[in-house]
Amino acid sequence: MRTLAGIWRNLPLKAKAGAVLFGVFALAAIIGPEVAPYDPSYANPDPSLLMARPSAQHLLGTTQTGQDVLSQLLVGIRLTIELALLVGIIATALSVAVGVTSAFLGGVWDEILSLVSNVFLVIPALPLLILVLGYLPQKGQLPTIIVLSVLGWPWGARVIRAQTLMVRSRDFIAASRESGEKAWRIIAFEIIPNEVSLIAASFVNTVLYAIGTSVALAFVGLTDLNSWSLGTILYWAQSQQALQLGAWWWFVPPGLAVALIGTSLVLLNVGIDELGNPRLRASRGAAKVAGRRVWATDPTPVLAQLTAGRGRLAAFARSFSRSSLIDETPAGGELR
Amino acid sequence: MPFIVRRLAFYLVAAWVAITANFFIPRAMPGNPVESVVAKYPNLTPDAIKALELMLGGGQQGSLWSQYVTYLGHVFTFNFGADIANFPTPVSSLLAQTIPWTLTLVGVATVIAFAAGTGLGILAGWRHGGWLDRSLPGLMFLQAVPYFFLALVLVDVVGVELHWLPTGQGYNGAATQPGWDWAFIASAVQHAVLPAFTIVITSVAGWMLQMRNVMITTIGEDYVVAAQAKGLPSRRVIYTYAARNALLPQLQGFGLALGFVVSGALVMEIVFAYPGIGLLLLNAVSSDDYPLMQAIFLVITFTVLVANLIVDMVIVFFDPRVRAREATR
Amino acid sequence: MSPILEISDLSVAYRTPAGDVRAVEQVSLTLNAGEVVGLCGESGSGKSTLAYGATRLLRPPALITGGSVRYHGRRITHGGAPADILTLSRRELHALRWREIAIVFQSAMNALNPVLRVRNQLLDAVQAHLRLPGDEARDKVAGLLDLVGIPRDRLRSYPHELSGGMRQRVMIAMALASDPEVVIMDEPTTALDVVVQRDILAQIVELKETLGFAICFITHDLSLLLELADRIAVMYAGRLLETGSSQAIMRDPAHPYTRGLLNSFPSLHGPRRELVGIPGSPPDLRDPLPGCPFAPRCAHAVPACGAVDMTLEPWSGPASAPAEHLTACPIVTPEASRKEVLS
Repeated sequence: MRTLAGIWRNLPLKAKAGAVLFGVFALAAIIGPEVAPYDPSYANPDPSLLMARPSAQHLLGTTQTGQDVLSQLLVGIRLTIELALLVGIIATALSVAVGVTSAFLGGVWDEILSLVSNVFLVIPALPLLILVLGYLPQKGQLPTIIVLSVLGWPWGARVIRAQTLMVRSRDFIAASRESGEKAWRIIAFEIIPNEVSLIAASFVNTVLYAIGTSVALAFVGLTDLNSWSLGTILYWAQSQQALQLGAWWWFVPPGLAVALIGTSLVLLNVGIDELGNPRLRASRGAAKVAGRRVWATDPTPVLAQLTAGRGRLAAFARSFSRSSLIDETPAGGELR
Repeated sequence: MPFIVRRLAFYLVAAWVAITANFFIPRAMPGNPVESVVAKYPNLTPDAIKALELMLGGGQQGSLWSQYVTYLGHVFTFNFGADIANFPTPVSSLLAQTIPWTLTLVGVATVIAFAAGTGLGILAGWRHGGWLDRSLPGLMFLQAVPYFFLALVLVDVVGVELHWLPTGQGYNGAATQPGWDWAFIASAVQHAVLPAFTIVITSVAGWMLQMRNVMITTIGEDYVVAAQAKGLPSRRVIYTYAARNALLPQLQGFGLALGFVVSGALVMEIVFAYPGIGLLLLNAVSSDDYPLMQAIFLVITFTVLVANLIVDMVIVFFDPRVRAREATR
Repeated sequence: MSPILEISDLSVAYRTPAGDVRAVEQVSLTLNAGEVVGLCGESGSGKSTLAYGATRLLRPPALITGGSVRYHGRRITHGGAPADILTLSRRELHALRWREIAIVFQSAMNALNPVLRVRNQLLDAVQAHLRLPGDEARDKVAGLLDLVGIPRDRLRSYPHELSGGMRQRVMIAMALASDPEVVIMDEPTTALDVVVQRDILAQIVELKETLGFAICFITHDLSLLLELADRIAVMYAGRLLETGSSQAIMRDPAHPYTRGLLNSFPSLHGPRRELVGIPGSPPDLRDPLPGCPFAPRCAHAVPACGAVDMTLEPWSGPASAPAEHLTACPIVTPEASRKEVLS
């Protein structure tokens, strides 16, 4: 528990914001369906409630067939996040397995696995997914998860392989091998711990990809249209002309939910990146020394120059003059 | 140029994998797709049914291997057979009608987004920590928005509410016909603004972030410090020493992301009812039009592969080390 | 002996959230025209920080916390007086850099732009300061390669196409592009094998004789400096421990650290003797202890070492005149160390 708190403290602001935002949706995913006021599939035949604007009774309005949008949204968040997390776990596990093995074994295995990853990477995922799902008579959650995972691991595998190659060439690994430690032990206890932030970033990336792709697939109509994932809601909104009929409450909430979940993941990702490579933090960029901003590409600042208030105006004026070293007198403050 | 040759070989392998996947997937699916198609479309000729069986499996058409070889032959001659939903229009003519629209829209928009994103990324990286840099998290929100959702919002706001731009289609069908005349081109451009805008807005942040990260790393390299030590003008250091080197990983990233760009654009076309491949694909899927689906998949894949090859050639042009690495093998 | 670069009481720190890391602490060093001064110390001693700090090339979070760096060149002055580099504006620094003070970096592979040809990189260096017409510039660049003994057809090469030694020569040629008065060489031969090292050093000496620039040669290899440098300055944990002519230091090292350094490499002549290293490791510069930073590792340390104020005082040993040989250790005096003079 203590290390978890320690990790949290060290996360850059972006990652924290992303984690909190995602946490909100995760909470919605867990308790949402229980809290939903109506059954999302229940179509209220009352004509005044068809495609109705948001009201006290239906906080997010209703669809063309009288279904409550809020309930659909809550159920949808759970389904979408569930699916994305599952895909994330499976695909990340696969990519770690392939990436580490391929880098560790080297030689012809590495070539083969790399070739396979690269081929899967370069073939565009969505058209292939559409093709596969298009043939299936029943398009449910399970096939979607399987197909997304199968197409989702190459990205992470490539990155992890590159990192493992670097780690592998370090001396402490050679030392372990020399001392006869078994390969799997080296991998589990020495290599992987060095790559945790990379694996975490890869996981977040995969979840992001899973959300985006599954929503897109659902939007095109390639899922079980009776289950209420966020993409399905959008599909129905689109096919029932919600846009043209001005029923913004129908398509904006699910889309916004997808966008926010996505943003939280992107923030998390960038934050994890910065954790692994602290140089990237914006706060590391322009340092503030003695209250003045100093860019990374400026000449090394001199404390006396920065704190000499009197010299600031003169320095400002001087910055406009031509390089006239020969006829200029120093106007800076006293040194020390 | 051995490097390019190796890349070409790789893309040929990838293309072959795609084609083979196309061949085997329908055969691996439960049920008999041919039968379901015939049930849906009773007016198909026996020849068309035979062609379907060849493509999808089922029926007695000879060994698997001979079917495969024939299939390969068809693909190489771009003979995708007759379309089912629009029987007897050949699939290739349907493709020929829609590809130019998608290619122009996505191609132009992506290049604009990449150029703008990279340029902004250079500035954000050089002024690491400045206002441009700190605006990135906000821009990333846009990147997380699915293409088609932003499209929906834009169409609603700009098209339906404000009536500034058309809400769909590729051109004003009531006013002009396709052709190389000014009226048509003007109408086409007007209809392309919103879709292009959607693509650019949602992808700029990604390119910018990537370039900014690479720039920050590159600025830390010794040769940039050396360039500053030499007293070179800032502009030269930024562009010729830092950005020129940072561009290489950026281009590689571009190649990898092409697949996603295309995918997103396809779905977005649906929202705009833009007469491109995306819309065609949607219709094909909803009407179980298998020959069309297969053909579209292959066309999209080949296009992405070719684009990747072009990016590789650009990289070779910019990076002398790549040329040398292969020459010394 | 007219001074050309005068570093006085320079202090450089790295400002981290955990506190300031004092990488260089009140170092005073003078470089005279045409002379070779060797700056010697182990990794982390602050020798590179000193050189890059003096030319203000360090990146944040580095900060110059005190001192002055006066440049006494003839071409550039500040209203007749020597210019203090620490007070110059960015534009003025651009004029000063390279034209007056050039740097040869440690790793030529990393210091050369990988995507530009050698010719273009040399042209950059030339045109940034000399603004010659096109043909003259190209001739000058070719002439620079001649100077360092590289065939002219290498102008069209990229850095990765050159061997290590050649790359270093290109770096040297580039440093000389605008005829500087001072050349700072940061471990220029460390990454090369011994034979190439020899050649490059010989080349450097020859160029110095011909063109007359002063060199500040930074290295961890004291043996190199004993042959190459006129004067040597020994740094440790950000402080100067000893300065003097290379003769004096070789024959009669004053500071225990210098003695340790000299003891740690074998001489080719004379009887065999046991090699002795210096036990321990350099201190953490975040919280420097008061007094002499070397005390924890010093064989002669006494409690009084914690109160030493590290100013350089003259040392009058048998082989050196007091004014030129300075040491920061008041404990080890000539009398006390008579028995420990090296063979």
